[in-house]
Amino acid sequence: MTTPGAGGAGGATEGAGTAESEESAGAGETAEGPGATGAAEIAVESAVEATTTAGTAETAAEAAGPERRLHPVTPLRRAWAPVAVVFGWAVHDPDGAQRHLSRLTTTTLLIGLAVIVPAAALYGFCSWWFTHFAVTGTELRIRTGLVFRRTAHIRLERIQAIDVTQPLLARVAGVAKLRLDVIGTDKKDELAFLGADDARALRAELLARAAGFAPGTAHEVGEAPARRLLRVPPGVLAVSLLLSGGTWGALAAALVVPPVLWLATESVWTVLAVALPLLGAAGASSVGRFVAEYDWTVAESPDGLRIDHGLLDRAHETVPPGRVQTVRIVEPLLWRRRGWVRVELDVAGSSNSVLVPVAPREVADAVVARVLPGVTVPGPAALSPSPRRARWCVPVWWRGYGLGVTDAVFAARSGLLRRSLALVPHAKVQSVRMTQGPWERARGVADVCVDTGANKTVRARLRDAAEARELLAAQAERSRTGRRDARPDRWMA
Amino acid sequence: METGSPRDAGPAGTQGTAEAVEGGPVWIALPPGLLRMRRLLLVVWLGLIALAAGLVPGLLAGPAWAAFAVLPLALMAWGWVMIGRNWRSWRYAERADDLLISRGVLWREETVVPYGRMQLVEVASGPVERYFGLASVQLHTAAAATDATIPGLAPAEAERLRDRLTELGEARSAGL
Repeated sequence: MTTPGAGGAGGATEGAGTAESEESAGAGETAEGPGATGAAEIAVESAVEATTTAGTAETAAEAAGPERRLHPVTPLRRAWAPVAVVFGWAVHDPDGAQRHLSRLTTTTLLIGLAVIVPAAALYGFCSWWFTHFAVTGTELRIRTGLVFRRTAHIRLERIQAIDVTQPLLARVAGVAKLRLDVIGTDKKDELAFLGADDARALRAELLARAAGFAPGTAHEVGEAPARRLLRVPPGVLAVSLLLSGGTWGALAAALVVPPVLWLATESVWTVLAVALPLLGAAGASSVGRFVAEYDWTVAESPDGLRIDHGLLDRAHETVPPGRVQTVRIVEPLLWRRRGWVRVELDVAGSSNSVLVPVAPREVADAVVARVLPGVTVPGPAALSPSPRRARWCVPVWWRGYGLGVTDAVFAARSGLLRRSLALVPHAKVQSVRMTQGPWERARGVADVCVDTGANKTVRARLRDAAEARELLAAQAERSRTGRRDARPDRWMA
Repeated sequence: METGSPRDAGPAGTQGTAEAVEGGPVWIALPPGLLRMRRLLLVVWLGLIALAAGLVPGLLAGPAWAAFAVLPLALMAWGWVMIGRNWRSWRYAERADDLLISRGVLWREETVVPYGRMQLVEVASGPVERYFGLASVQLHTAAAATDATIPGLAPAEAERLRDRLTELGEARSAGL
C-alpha cells in the first residue's frame, strides 16, 4: 500500500499528473471535446480502464485537462466510521457489549485486527485510487467507483456556487473539500479532499472557465482580486447571539425540560435521551453559531461574492454573479434598538443561506446592493401595508405585512416582532400564484406568491383583491422581461 | 350525468368569449370526462360502503340498524355536488407568453407560468384515466413549489398542449 500511495501523492499535483497520465488511449478521444458521443465516452472509459496499470506517459489532451486524483489523505476521512459503529452499538446495548468484551481474548482481538485493518486499508486505498476528476472546457468530470462505476459531468456554466471548506482536522492536514453547487448534484459530487492550495487553484480555474475565459488561459487567470465589503467583529457577533431569542429559548428548554421529566418519570435513560439532544441544540444555537460565524468576511470579486467564515472549520464560499435568487433581511426584536439586521440569501441547489450574520442596517443595505445590482432596499415608507380590513383574517399580525414592487425587485415584508423582508429580483421569478381562502374572500383580500428557483416561495399576504389580480398579471410580465436584461450565465463572455 | 359544453361551463366560460374580443385570456374549461370519472368513482366506492354499512348491521342487529347506510349516501350526495363545483372551477388559458391555470372553489388559486421558465412538460395517464380517455398535463419549472397541473384533458388535447408548450418554451427559454 505504501509504494503506490506515495506514487499517487505526486498524482495529486498537476505536474506529476501529466507524467503518469493514464489517458494514453483515451486522450485521442477526449480531444474531440464535449461533443464526444456517449459511445465514445464508454470507449474512453474502457480504454482508461485498460491502461491504468500500463501507465504510459503521454500528455493529456488540452480540451480535457489531465485526470487528477484526490489528496492521498482522503481514505482516512472515513476511518472514524467503524469506530462510531462499535461505539453506537455499545451505547445502544451496554450489557451485551460488556458480555462480548469479557469474552474477548488477546488472540481473537489480534486476529480480528489482522483481518479488519488491512481490509479497511484496502477499501480506503481502492476508493481513493479509483476516484478521478478532470476539468474540460465546459465540464468538471468526476469518475469514481471500482465495482459500481459512477461518472458525474457537472456543467460549469450552471454553477450556482463553489465552496471550499476546511474542517478542523483537514486544516491540520492541510487539505480542503471543494464542493460545486449545481442543481441536481448530490453529496457524492464533492471533491474531498484536495490539497488546500490545489483546491484554491482549482476553484479559480473552474470559476475562470465558468466565466467564459478561453480554456487555454483559464488556469493562468488565477484568483480574481477581491475587495472586502464587510467583516463582522467577534464582539458584535457575540452580543447579537446573546440578544437573539433562539439562543435563550434553546437554553431554557435544556434547563427546564430534563428536571421536569425527571420528576415525572424518574428514569435516567429517558432524561438522558431528551436532555442530550436539547443540550446539543442549545450548544449549536449559541456556541456552535459563534464558532461557525466567527470572523465572517464578505468580499466582492469579478468572480462573484466571497464569503469566508469559521473559527475551527473554515469555509470559503463563492457565489458567481447573478446566482442569488432571494435575499431576506431579518430583524429580530431585540436587535431593533441597535439597528442590526441579519441578511440571508437563497441560491439554487446550495445549502448556504447566510450572507451577513449581523450588521448595522446601512452596511447590510450596501452589501445587498452589491449582491443584487441595481437594487435599493425599499425602506419602511416604500412598503404599502395591507388594507385595514385584513385584521379580520390575521389579527394583530396583519400589521407586519407589507409589499413594495420596484422595477428590479418584488419585496414582501412579514412578521411583527421578528421582521423579515424578502427581496426577489424579477428575473428570478419562476411562476406567480394568487391564492384566496374563504375568509380572505369575505374581506376582499388575497395572497400573491412568487416561486423562485431555490425552491423558496415569497408570499405577499393580504393584499387588496383587485390589487392582487393586477399584481399577478404585472408580476408575470416583469418576470418575463426582467430576464432579458439579466446577465448571461457566463458573466465574463 | 348533466354536462354542458365545456366552453360555457363555469363562471368564466361565458365571460371568456367576451374577454377574447378585448384581448383578455381565452379560458378553456376542462372536458366533462373528468367529472364523469370522478363521479363514477365516488358512486362506486360510496355505493359499496353504503351497501356494507347497511347490510352488516342490518343482518346482525336488526333491520332498523340498516339506517347506517344513510351516512355514506349523504356523503355521496354532498360529494356529487362538490365534485361538480370543483370541476367547474378548473380552467386554463394559453396566452402569448404564459400559461394561466385557475382552480378551486373555497380556496382559489390562480397560477401564471411564463413559457420561458418551463423545464419539463409531462403528460401522465393512469389506468382508470386511460379507460375514460383522459390525460393530465403537468408543467415543471425550476421551482418545486410551482404546482401547475391540468387534469382530465382529452389525450389529443394533452398532447397538443404538451407540444405547443414545449415549442413555446424552447423559443422563450431562459436560465435560472
